[in-house]
Amino acid sequence: MTVKILYFASLKEALGCTEESFVLPSGVSTVGELRSFLAERGEKWKALGEGRNVRAARNQRMAAPADPVLPGDEIAFFPPVTGG
Amino acid sequence: MTVSVQAEDFDVAAEIAALSAGRNEVGAVATFLGLVRDVSGGSNVAAMTLEHYPGMTEKSLEEIVEQASARWSLYGVRVIHRFGRLEPGDRIVFVGVAGAHRGEAFAACEFIMDYLKTRAPFWKLEETPEGARWVDARDSDDSAAARWEQGGR
Repeated sequence: MTVKILYFASLKEALGCTEESFVLPSGVSTVGELRSFLAERGEKWKALGEGRNVRAARNQRMAAPADPVLPGDEIAFFPPVTGG
Repeated sequence: MTVSVQAEDFDVAAEIAALSAGRNEVGAVATFLGLVRDVSGGSNVAAMTLEHYPGMTEKSLEEIVEQASARWSLYGVRVIHRFGRLEPGDRIVFVGVAGAHRGEAFAACEFIMDYLKTRAPFWKLEETPEGARWVDARDSDDSAAARWEQGGR
């Protein structure tokens, strides 16, 4: 029941975390629920909280909050992109 | 090879030439070249570092090219985006599109850049006299991409 979570750019710096292996707790079955759960882990994790401009990807595709999270998934959280 | 995400610089003339090499049906090649500027938001920029999401970045660019190819009749597309530390004047991104006529070539080139700006996972960290700062996404980039969804051509 483990997922890999990646963080990028300013979010990675705010959290002090690049990558983690995370055991899905019961009740966490969507990208939005995962984000909310992570945002409750402590002060710096509020960077993932509601109202913060955070985007998500599931298995390297842009994801919506309602998208499912399944064991083995690679989930990423990052700020809006600024390439080009 | 259609999409490259790389640290190395690229040869613009060679990329343009390759889009029509041996293909006499190509009547138009439209290109976009993005460069690092020395000012941003009123501050001097000494350099910037582009971070990306290896794997997803390539996939998202390939998907954007597929969407453009489905929308217009194109003979060839080339997208190169660099990552790592770049200085003012350095090339960041190249988009080249070959078609029969200028209409689809210009449109597809602009479409690819507009989508790249809002969907490809790259992030810019600028070095300024006030310190390093992450570039904020612009609403104008979202609206530029959104107009293609309203049937814009």
